Amino acid sequence: MIRNFFKAMKQILIGDRNYYLWIAFLSFFVIAGMAAYAEQIHDGLIVTAMRDPVSWGLYISNFTYLVGVAAAAVVLVVPAYIYNFKAIKEITLLGEMLAVTAVILCILFVMVDMGHPERLWHLLPFVGAMNFPSSLLAWDVIVLSGYLFINATIVLYVLYKLSLGKEYNLQFIKPLIILSIPWAVGIHTVTAFLYNGLPSRPFWNASILAPRFLASAFCSGPALMLILFQIIRKVSRIEVKDKAIFKIAELIAYAMCINLFLEIAELFKEFYSGTVDVASIQYLYFGLKGNNGLVPWIWWATILNVIALILFLNPKTRENMLTLNAGCVFIIIGIYIEKGMGLVIPGFVPGTLGEIYNYSPTHIEILITVGIWAFGALLYTLMLKFAIPIYTGQLRFSSTKKTDGEKTSSVDLEPIAE
Amino acid sequence: MSKKQRKNPLSLKLDRRNFLKGSALGLAASALPLENADASFIEAFFQKHFREMNKKEIQEVLNRLEKEYSEQYKKHVTVKATKAMPGVQFGYGLDLSRCIGCRRCVYACIGENNQSRDPQIPWIQVLSFRKGDKWTDLEEADKYYNPATVPEPEHWYMPVQCQQCRHPACTRACPTQATWKEPDGIVVVDYNWCIGCRYCMAACPYGARHFNWGEPHIPDDELNPVTHYLGNRPRYKGVVEKCTFCIQRTREGRYPACVEICPVGARKFGNLLDPSSEIRYCIENKRVFRLKEELNTQPKFYYFYAT
Ligand code: SF4
Ligand code: SF4
Repeated sequence: MIRNFFKAMKQILIGDRNYYLWIAFLSFFVIAGMAAYAEQIHDGLIVTAMRDPVSWGLYISNFTYLVGVAAAAVVLVVPAYIYNFKAIKEITLLGEMLAVTAVILCILFVMVDMGHPERLWHLLPFVGAMNFPSSLLAWDVIVLSGYLFINATIVLYVLYKLSLGKEYNLQFIKPLIILSIPWAVGIHTVTAFLYNGLPSRPFWNASILAPRFLASAFCSGPALMLILFQIIRKVSRIEVKDKAIFKIAELIAYAMCINLFLEIAELFKEFYSGTVDVASIQYLYFGLKGNNGLVPWIWWATILNVIALILFLNPKTRENMLTLNAGCVFIIIGIYIEKGMGLVIPGFVPGTLGEIYNYSPTHIEILITVGIWAFGALLYTLMLKFAIPIYTGQLRFSSTKKTDGEKTSSVDLEPIAE
Repeated sequence: MSKKQRKNPLSLKLDRRNFLKGSALGLAASALPLENADASFIEAFFQKHFREMNKKEIQEVLNRLEKEYSEQYKKHVTVKATKAMPGVQFGYGLDLSRCIGCRRCVYACIGENNQSRDPQIPWIQVLSFRKGDKWTDLEEADKYYNPATVPEPEHWYMPVQCQQCRHPACTRACPTQATWKEPDGIVVVDYNWCIGCRYCMAACPYGARHFNWGEPHIPDDELNPVTHYLGNRPRYKGVVEKCTFCIQRTREGRYPACVEICPVGARKFGNLLDPSSEIRYCIENKRVFRLKEELNTQPKFYYFYAT
């Protein structure tokens, strides 16, 4: 078993020139990010642009976005197991691995944001002093780690079974799969509540926040997956049918409709009632007293989202790979802005005592952020490299019982057809 | 890029495989002991939550801290852990009709409570309003006013600090219980337990929480050596701090530094449970309001108009 694992591990070391280049490319950014992080550890968070009035910035923005990716990845693919929707089923594992990667990145983004990462254990139940059930952050720790556990278990179990050339036992993991659907909604809801539950920040303290989180997650997560699927089917033997891709694109279109509708509802409420609390949303969309750093960003995000919606609503452009991919990229960027900085920063501006602080990330923050994303890409690549040969059946371990009771394993690896 | 890596030999030692194994936690954990190579780092790392320590453990921690601070600031520093007096709920009153915006309280507070001078972390913020401005529209307030003399004509001032809420949003938010409300109503932070997530800062409606973004600096000769574990002892980078109603003074029956210094007597302080206290008199006889009452945090900080 262990030997087999290492044999499969070897797979990740074998690849063509492009593969090595890709790995080297990502590693470069990971190392640059770590160097920047070492500097941040040494000097403190003062190397970031965050200050008391805007106490969360780029890191927590990325965290928020990635929770959406994690949630959407599984909610989309899991029904495939249960309803046996053939076209999507093939890609379930890829989606679950993406969810695992996204949660790990979420954890990394929270870690780099902490003033004392080495005290992380204070947050744990029993060993530390987790403030449960009062603090939503404690809830988030629980749901995120639970989600990681559920998905990692499913992925490992399926891979293990397949590697032995057996069909996995659906009954065995079905409870986990079913659980992972509400759980995915849960991680997103809890993350939304993290912001939502703060009456001190009227911009976040709107009940529409959680639904909007879900709607935008079902746009951006699947959009990211569509791009990944197309790359994966190019470079590996995994087949992803066009039909599945178009189906997902259709789902994205619905989600985007809801997302934009909720955005309009929010804008209406704030601007029509025009209380003093309108200041934050005004800062975001129109600028406040000449401070309009976020304004072009949010308008670009909105425009990109609307274009993507049009592209995905029309079957002609939805089923044309060029416009489909353009739409996906637009959504990824659009939601990244909207659910990242566009969500976090206006919560803080104007501050609780009215201060307007213009936050724009320092190069250290950007390096660390890029480093974590590169690490995510690296992790996902290596996971695919490990899993795909098993998944497609190129790599099989057959264990046979010998007469003397000794268990031996043999690996037979088909040559990879190019 | 390469320059930055040379500056940080630590990062060079970590190649990709190590990173995959260790992840950021490993990096952080290995980076910190290198910096604070003394043995007390280990002790501090495993230090329990303050409220879970018994008397002996608290004393050990206080001794260790006294030694550390005394060495660091080259003078004898004491760290107390005086407990709350029974039958006491501290309350604060601020007479808006008297405050002249001189900010003496701000600087008295910085000195008394060992706030970092560089970067400066004032716990009290004095907002300046033009007469006629409404105090709910806080963007109209000026936090960084700088006139030659105060009070400026046609202006009024509102100092804001921690409101010591009865329903504090900050302690509810904190994921590690690093901040809590003491029996005498003072909301405190254990600087050795705070993980620096800053969720409390997002939660506090009064901008009362402040984060040590960098290493705090206090000149040796300006350090106030009489400190309290939950109050004005020197802080670390990466933790949150806040006004504690001068816990080191008030638990011994003294006034907070800001009350003492105020040249016009705009600041009142006392025990809300004592019917004969000045603070009770003000609440019962003046026109009183509290900041952002609609949020139901129920501050024990009362603004009033005496005239
Ligand atoms: S004013 Fe802010 S810091 Fe002070 S107790 Fe209330 S919520 Fe907490
Ligand atoms: S910054 Fe410290 S005190 Fe504030 S919520 Fe986080 S752990 Fe608690």
